[in-house]
Amino acid sequence: MSSTIEQNSPTTVMQERLDQFQARIDADEKIEPKDWMPEEYRKTVLRQMSQHAHSEVIGMQPEGNWILRAPCLRAKKILLAKIQDEGGHGLYLYSAAETLGTGREALIESLHNGKAKYSSIFNYPTLNWADIGAIGWLVDGAAIVNQVSLQRTSYGPYARAMVRICKEESFHQRQGYEIMTTMMRGNSAQKEMAQDAMNRWWWPALMMFGPHDKDSAHTQQSMQWRIKRESNDVLRQRFIDKTIDQAHLIGLTIPDEQLKYNEDTKHWDIGPINWDEFWQVVGGHGLCNEQRMKHHIRAHQDGQWVREAANAFAQKQISFN
Amino acid sequence: METQQALYQYAVRLGDNSLIMAQRLAEWCSNGPILEEDLALTNAALDYLGEAENYYNYALSLEPDGRTADDLAYLRNERQYYNCLLAEQPNGDYAQTMVKLALFSAYLKLLYDALSQSTDTNLSALASKSLKEVKYHFRHSSEWMIRFGHGTEESKSRAQQAIYELWRFTSDMFETTAADATLKGIVPDPASIQSEWNSVINDLLSRCGLKKPEDPYQVKGGYQAKHTEHLGHILCELQFLQRAYPGAKW
Repeated sequence: MSSTIEQNSPTTVMQERLDQFQARIDADEKIEPKDWMPEEYRKTVLRQMSQHAHSEVIGMQPEGNWILRAPCLRAKKILLAKIQDEGGHGLYLYSAAETLGTGREALIESLHNGKAKYSSIFNYPTLNWADIGAIGWLVDGAAIVNQVSLQRTSYGPYARAMVRICKEESFHQRQGYEIMTTMMRGNSAQKEMAQDAMNRWWWPALMMFGPHDKDSAHTQQSMQWRIKRESNDVLRQRFIDKTIDQAHLIGLTIPDEQLKYNEDTKHWDIGPINWDEFWQVVGGHGLCNEQRMKHHIRAHQDGQWVREAANAFAQKQISFN
Repeated sequence: METQQALYQYAVRLGDNSLIMAQRLAEWCSNGPILEEDLALTNAALDYLGEAENYYNYALSLEPDGRTADDLAYLRNERQYYNCLLAEQPNGDYAQTMVKLALFSAYLKLLYDALSQSTDTNLSALASKSLKEVKYHFRHSSEWMIRFGHGTEESKSRAQQAIYELWRFTSDMFETTAADATLKGIVPDPASIQSEWNSVINDLLSRCGLKKPEDPYQVKGGYQAKHTEHLGHILCELQFLQRAYPGAKW
């Protein structure tokens, strides 16, 4: 009798569940919304999906900054379509997050009260048209490297959202690179704008992968649970290697005097990343942190009466055909 | 006026209506009341932008002089745009934008439906294509007007205010120009479109429980390129890069 109690003690049961959960992860099974999962796993996946969704939505602001000023009809159409894609990604990701029991309204509330984050890259301003090229090519390019890896993340709804998102993001990257290419083939003012955008976006794009592995708080557990499949440094290096050739091909200079190809490793070695700047921006002191958040809060508040009207109307169930 | 020249002017006017509406709707990007509406409005902007480009290209095919659709969209001055005054009015709140879009897309829906039967096969093909899009814009915006009319006190009052604000710009859409007169038989008579439009809008307003202003005062001039002050500011943003870097390729 006493030994049975011992075997079924809460600690043992929990350990068995954790072991079974880890065994499923190790077998590369996807975890689905109704499956048992450790609380910490749920929190981590939810945090990551929420951050990703908010990033897509906040990212609409710096790009939207150039819709009205897009220089030709084709560019304007492409930019409008691209920003719509980003908003659409926000929608899938909010829905994926909802599978873990937290609705969009609650996620937005956490964004507004500062508990939830979004990618710091969007706290940099878009100052000239080439910045739209740089966002597509470098920022979406960096995001894709991470997201391709996330197509194999262990949480099913997130992995599936990522498959679709990756298809669209690779189009965005080509769109960005096309803008840079056109400007580098253009007049001297256009070339100057393209290089200026490169100089301002290169380092922040590298920072998007997060701190070096040795300094990354969440990496180890996330890797074990296969929420994250590859480390920050591995992903960052992959992005560097593929992007440098693209930059050189169109005549852009990488703003890094220490940049050097390493014959032994067959990778490009870069100079030191300015982590002080990274933490400053993460901590809310980038050029646009305040602006982005105020904008989102203002739009949400301005829309309050619209949402109330829609709800009130739905309640009244007046049908219109 | 020769038919060719009249067709050119007519197509440019259609293009201008769509271009200026697109530019206004695009202002909603990242400002929508919910993400779905943000996407819906930028999608409508994208539709209008595509329509504008098609009408400009058609106009240029009638009078080929080396200019492109971009030149027409970006390199004219304020007194050379022939869009209706309604299109250039500021977005205001969401009720104002929805009312504006409903009044505007109801007009285009009837116009394109008639134009799709035009003896000018190019115009009829372009109108048929655009018709599918503007039908949806009308459905979307009129459904919101009904929600506002029967939603809350606040939404009803905002929608009513929007109608009062915008009503004076509506007759301008149906002005008859020299081009309309020359193209009689090829394009619909504006007066007949206006009468159909009146019945569509009367029906919509009664479904919403909203009313027209009692004062019938109307301002006109868009099709004569006599605009409100808003257009100049729209063009400042629209044309900035083309004006700042003349001749640059984008």
